[in-house]
Amino acid sequence: MSRNGPIALCINAVVIAFMLAPLVVVCVVAFTPENTLTLPTTRLSLRWFRAVFAHPDFVQSFWNSLLLALAAATLSTLVAVPAGLAITRYRFRGRGFLNALFLSPLIIPHLVLGVALLRLFSIVGATGSFGFLILAHALIVTPYTMRLIIAAMVGFDRSTEHAALSLGATQATVFRRITLPMILPGITGGWMLAFINSFDEVTMSIFVTAPSTVTLPVRMYMYATESIDPMMAAVSALMVAVTVCVMVALDRIYGLDRILVGGK
Amino acid sequence: MNSKSVPWWLTGPALLLFVLLLLVPLALTAVLSFNVFDSQTGVKAGEFTVKHYASLLTEPYYYGIFWRTFWVSALVAVICVVVGTAEAYVLSRMGNPWRSILLLVVLAPLLVSVVVRAFGWSMLLGPEGLVNDVLSMMGVAPVKLLYTPTAIVIALVHVMLPFMVIPVWTSLQKLDPDVQNAALSLQASQFSVLRRVVLPQVLPGILSGSLIVFGLSASSFAVPALLGGRRLKMVATVVYDQYLDELNWPLGAAIALTLLVVNLLVMLSYNRLIEGRYNKSLG
Repeated sequence: MSRNGPIALCINAVVIAFMLAPLVVVCVVAFTPENTLTLPTTRLSLRWFRAVFAHPDFVQSFWNSLLLALAAATLSTLVAVPAGLAITRYRFRGRGFLNALFLSPLIIPHLVLGVALLRLFSIVGATGSFGFLILAHALIVTPYTMRLIIAAMVGFDRSTEHAALSLGATQATVFRRITLPMILPGITGGWMLAFINSFDEVTMSIFVTAPSTVTLPVRMYMYATESIDPMMAAVSALMVAVTVCVMVALDRIYGLDRILVGGK
Repeated sequence: MNSKSVPWWLTGPALLLFVLLLLVPLALTAVLSFNVFDSQTGVKAGEFTVKHYASLLTEPYYYGIFWRTFWVSALVAVICVVVGTAEAYVLSRMGNPWRSILLLVVLAPLLVSVVVRAFGWSMLLGPEGLVNDVLSMMGVAPVKLLYTPTAIVIALVHVMLPFMVIPVWTSLQKLDPDVQNAALSLQASQFSVLRRVVLPQVLPGILSGSLIVFGLSASSFAVPALLGGRRLKMVATVVYDQYLDELNWPLGAAIALTLLVVNLLVMLSYNRLIEGRYNKSLG
């Protein structure tokens, strides 16, 4: 294989710096001891992190987001496992339509989903309901769980299942003892990808959250439009920290390159 | 339970979720976009009009915003094609471990909330931000970047670049290095190998990446909202204004649905075009 020339490596360095710049700046400014958004020059300080934890709105929104992401990812996985099973194991009328429908939240702009759900919520009187917010988030993260579960089921050797069935195991036992353990990496990978996408989502949530159910990204957006101080940088740094934790876990369980690039 | 109904029982819960929270709300919104709106009394449920759609075509404010959204998204897509393809190609020619590490660095920002990334850019591009600091050190007068289309384009490229790198990277993985070596051994220059061997094979990846980038840019909210300021609107921020400030939901619904339809049309016709080209070139 031919090697990269100096120009190629320069392009590479510029792109990498470009991709990292805003995240690095956010994380560094979060440690500033000053009152303004400046890089810490003399010393590092945790004062803005303390300010975040003393800010009831941010704390409340963090718990909202965490609970919402846990519930939405779990609910989405629960509906996606049987649906993925049906789509990969059965040939039936409407199969192609269902597959496209379950992946459609990826191509329908979240903005459109936001206004559509706002309409539904206002008609059924569900604005401010945390339950409906969970359903809405479960909807938008289902493409992720579905894709990984279907991928796990497609690349699956069914001879073990047939062996168990021929030895007299019931359908339920086969599913519980053989199918489920074998597709478990796909399920947990999908769950985590769903978790992080729900935790980060802002465009749809901004339309369908009420003051009591505001999620952390929405709270950050509202805060950023009103005031500019390093507290915003501190919350952002915490968000980056949560993302990095999930990424490490994802990498251990499923392989990050497989999730991001697809592949085998 | 007969075997024909089994798949429907299995998909039932997911289907219920998608009907109740996707198809029904979209239908309700489509109806809403034709409802008469009165600024005194609000939405009139039983009365219908096409006025909201007409005003998108006739009022310069609205079609101006659609036009701005279109060219910003197209520009972002073009920049992503150039930068993303080059970066994916350079990365694919690196050796491990750098190849995997740097690929992760390029793609991982995808998992960080877009609010965080937009906020990061607002700090970098602000009047006292790092970019202007560097410029003034080099003796260049400070430039106004924040709250300009330039800021929106820069931040959108940052958000969208992973969506471009992924499909290009995937198609690069399918390349057979022997074909390139064969071309090189037959005295082809590095440039003509790139142009005549590599590029045609990664073109489908480039095209699908540019579609995703265009679609996501056209409907992005957080970036134009945080970096465009109050004056510089894009479609998503105008919909937000109509819903939460003006409370003119029917007009907001009409704008949102127009965005959805235009997006889908661009994707479908682009796909059609590409498939046509490919079928022709395959004979």
